[in-house]
Amino acid sequence: MDMNEIKEIFFQECEEQLAELESGLLRLNDGDRDPETVNAVFRAVHSIKGGAGAFGLDDLVSFAHVFETTLDCVRSNKLEPTQEVLKVMLKSADVLADLTNVARDGGSVDQARSAQLIRELEALAKGEAPPAASAAEPAAPKAVAAKPAPVAKAAPVEPVVNEHGFAPVAFSFDDFGGDEDEAVSDLPAYDIVFKPKSELYTKGNEATLLLRDLSRLGEMSIHCNMDSLPPLDQMDPEAAYFSWKVSIKTDKGEDAVRSVFEFAEWDCDLEVTAMETGEASESASDDLPMQPVPFDLSALDGDLDVPLGVVEEEEQIAAAQEAVAAAETASNVVQMAGNASRAAASEKSAAAAAAAQNNAQQASSAAAPTIRVDLDRVDRLINLVGELVINQAMLSQSVIENDSNGVSSINMGLEELQQLTREIQDSVMAIRAQPVKPVFQRMARTVREIADITGKSVRLVTEGENTEVDKTVIDKLAEPLTHMIRNAVDHGLEMPEKRLAAGKSAEGTVKLTAKHRSGRIVIELSDDGAGINREKVRQKAIDNDLIAADANLSDEEIDNLIFHAGFSTADKVSDLSGRGVGMDVVKRSIQALGGRINISSKPGHGSVFTMSLPLTLAVLDGMVVTVAGQTLVVPLTAIVETLQPDAAAIHSFGATQRLISIRNSFCPLVDVGRILNFRATQANPVEGVALLVESEGGGQRALMVDAIQGQRQVVIKSLEANYTHVPGIAAATILGDGRVALILDVDAVVSASRGQSLQLESSLAAAG
Amino acid sequence: MKKKVLTVDDSRTIRNMLLVTLNNAGFETIQAEDGIEGLEVLEDANPDVIVTDINMPRLDGFGFIEGVRKNEKFRAIPILVLTTESDAEKKNRARQAGATGWIVKPFDPTKLIDAIERVTA
Repeated sequence: MDMNEIKEIFFQECEEQLAELESGLLRLNDGDRDPETVNAVFRAVHSIKGGAGAFGLDDLVSFAHVFETTLDCVRSNKLEPTQEVLKVMLKSADVLADLTNVARDGGSVDQARSAQLIRELEALAKGEAPPAASAAEPAAPKAVAAKPAPVAKAAPVEPVVNEHGFAPVAFSFDDFGGDEDEAVSDLPAYDIVFKPKSELYTKGNEATLLLRDLSRLGEMSIHCNMDSLPPLDQMDPEAAYFSWKVSIKTDKGEDAVRSVFEFAEWDCDLEVTAMETGEASESASDDLPMQPVPFDLSALDGDLDVPLGVVEEEEQIAAAQEAVAAAETASNVVQMAGNASRAAASEKSAAAAAAAQNNAQQASSAAAPTIRVDLDRVDRLINLVGELVINQAMLSQSVIENDSNGVSSINMGLEELQQLTREIQDSVMAIRAQPVKPVFQRMARTVREIADITGKSVRLVTEGENTEVDKTVIDKLAEPLTHMIRNAVDHGLEMPEKRLAAGKSAEGTVKLTAKHRSGRIVIELSDDGAGINREKVRQKAIDNDLIAADANLSDEEIDNLIFHAGFSTADKVSDLSGRGVGMDVVKRSIQALGGRINISSKPGHGSVFTMSLPLTLAVLDGMVVTVAGQTLVVPLTAIVETLQPDAAAIHSFGATQRLISIRNSFCPLVDVGRILNFRATQANPVEGVALLVESEGGGQRALMVDAIQGQRQVVIKSLEANYTHVPGIAAATILGDGRVALILDVDAVVSASRGQSLQLESSLAAAG
Repeated sequence: MKKKVLTVDDSRTIRNMLLVTLNNAGFETIQAEDGIEGLEVLEDANPDVIVTDINMPRLDGFGFIEGVRKNEKFRAIPILVLTTESDAEKKNRARQAGATGWIVKPFDPTKLIDAIERVTA
């Protein structure tokens, strides 16, 4: 794995984190005050920042950082997540998503927008945070970090501090990045007194390792002081008794020496003294036996006023500030010392364990383990299984042809094989199935943006977002759905004043639901707006020559007029929905997915768009039929029942129309062979079979075919790649005998029979 | 023998970076996605050093470190905190929980390896 692959993973992860962020913010918006929700939101932004930092994506890092800071205020209860606050955060989440996309795909972001949001976020973080504490705290240690050396002068050498007792003990409280005191860095020899406390060992540090590290800096001599080692019977094996005095010559500077002890600085007494050259070795031998120089800040406890006062008199004001920081550190040390007592420690860890257990219980509802697989691999697998299904069908067929009695063991084995194949296929399809949640979440953003532009107040409610459907369906769903949402908000919902006047709440609701119904996924988009203005639609249709002025249309038929090409009800083309894309395009893209779309509307109460889509685009259960010598496949989901028409049940209607009476109701009879131009005249219905089909929004039709061959699961092979879209035909498949069969597009055939037959026929003729 | 590192981080990106960096540097790497999983795999993994994030779901880095220190077998194992939190307060909390040292993100392979070398024998 190289960095590019990891970067790819990072962007994938960003997408997940962004989804997590958005859903968390929406939950907060709905009044969820679970701290874990806030934590999850914070972590999402934090994670993006962390990864972005590693890849040097500075724009992303700086925005995420501001965002994170504000979220931290919410997390620490300094900022109440009100609707106003969350509005800013949701917008920020959108900008974060934009920045992520730009980082991945290039392009540019709306600088003004992100700058504006940074200002808003910063205002939120500042406005609500307690002013003094949070602002002053981080500043103080920073000032110290910048110049570690002067602190040294302020630090005491002996437990009893007096104005003559200062020694240059540098002590940094943060990163060692600052400039060094000139006088120090010039000198290459240092004396180091290092006295570990027992805490150093309990935190997993090891004096030996530190000294080993030190030895890598240069030539050094080392003396171990074992004076405080008690007799064996009084020895506490956990305690720290040794201290070391080291003289080292190095050109790496004091920085390097100190950074060796970076991790141990709180848990030891450390004194680093820069020596005049030549003096180092002298002092090392001078001091034996070595007096460990105590640098225990806890000694300052309670006596803080004394050294502070002295320092202030002696040094400049700058030094005084640093002493304050030192005092802070001192209190930290004291606190840690207090914690070191065993009873306290074990009590604390017991509490931690209890907390951990709590967490574990909470997490028991977490997702089952998953693995990530390249989509290509899944697709390859699906293709192979498709071939397997075809192959198995061919094998079955040839066995049946050669084995007339049908009870041989080969036959039984074949049946088992068929079942297994079917199960494999279902399982493979399940791999591709994904919840519609990501698409629904994207819609939330669309709603926000349009609500902003139109000045309407809109709430998006989603339901059934965990409903699963094939990934290819999901991918192709986003575009039509976005357009429909735009329409719903722009045309469907009224302005707040109008809503209030109509006795509705000022806030409009757009509801998006998904559910499984009889082997398909049904997605419903409803709004509580004004509904379709049928008079207007009708007039428009007449103006556009879509219908005759005196046409007698049902409400349903009028509503469905909006799916006609070039139809738009908005008086003027608006910014949003008038991008040259009409509902006809939406309908076509849904149909391209093998789906159907339907509208129902109640004036004053809003509209409902219902889309029904296949769960997968890879296989379908079909009825294999013969029409004019051609083999066709009719999707089983469309078929309500099949029947053998009786001559008495057939009634002529007009010049060419025929109706069939089924259980006392009439249903138009459609000759598939005629519609598809397989034959010039209509076949005799009594000689064929009628398939009663239900089409979306169009009621029932009886499709006439010549004969039924059987029912089969077929693998869908797209025709569009090679032949473009063929009206009336959804796709093709390969049958068990190796022949190609076309899959009928039932809806197209039904609507063709309803009056668009000319258009269909002419295009078919042109195609032929 | 290869040194074993247990890394605990909820970010897939960082996990992969750690994996690549550590493997390239000749370490054996075991990975966990949060504090709970970290504690679960601790015994079996039997690492020489632990690198952990702070902000994690289920059980954060502080809780994880306390959990490790409570285990008699691992109470002295070096634990490095890998986090973007460079402010003193968080660092101090990690230390109180028992962290040995820290590495400040953005992730830098050299810094990471240096820190690990520093705390392991």
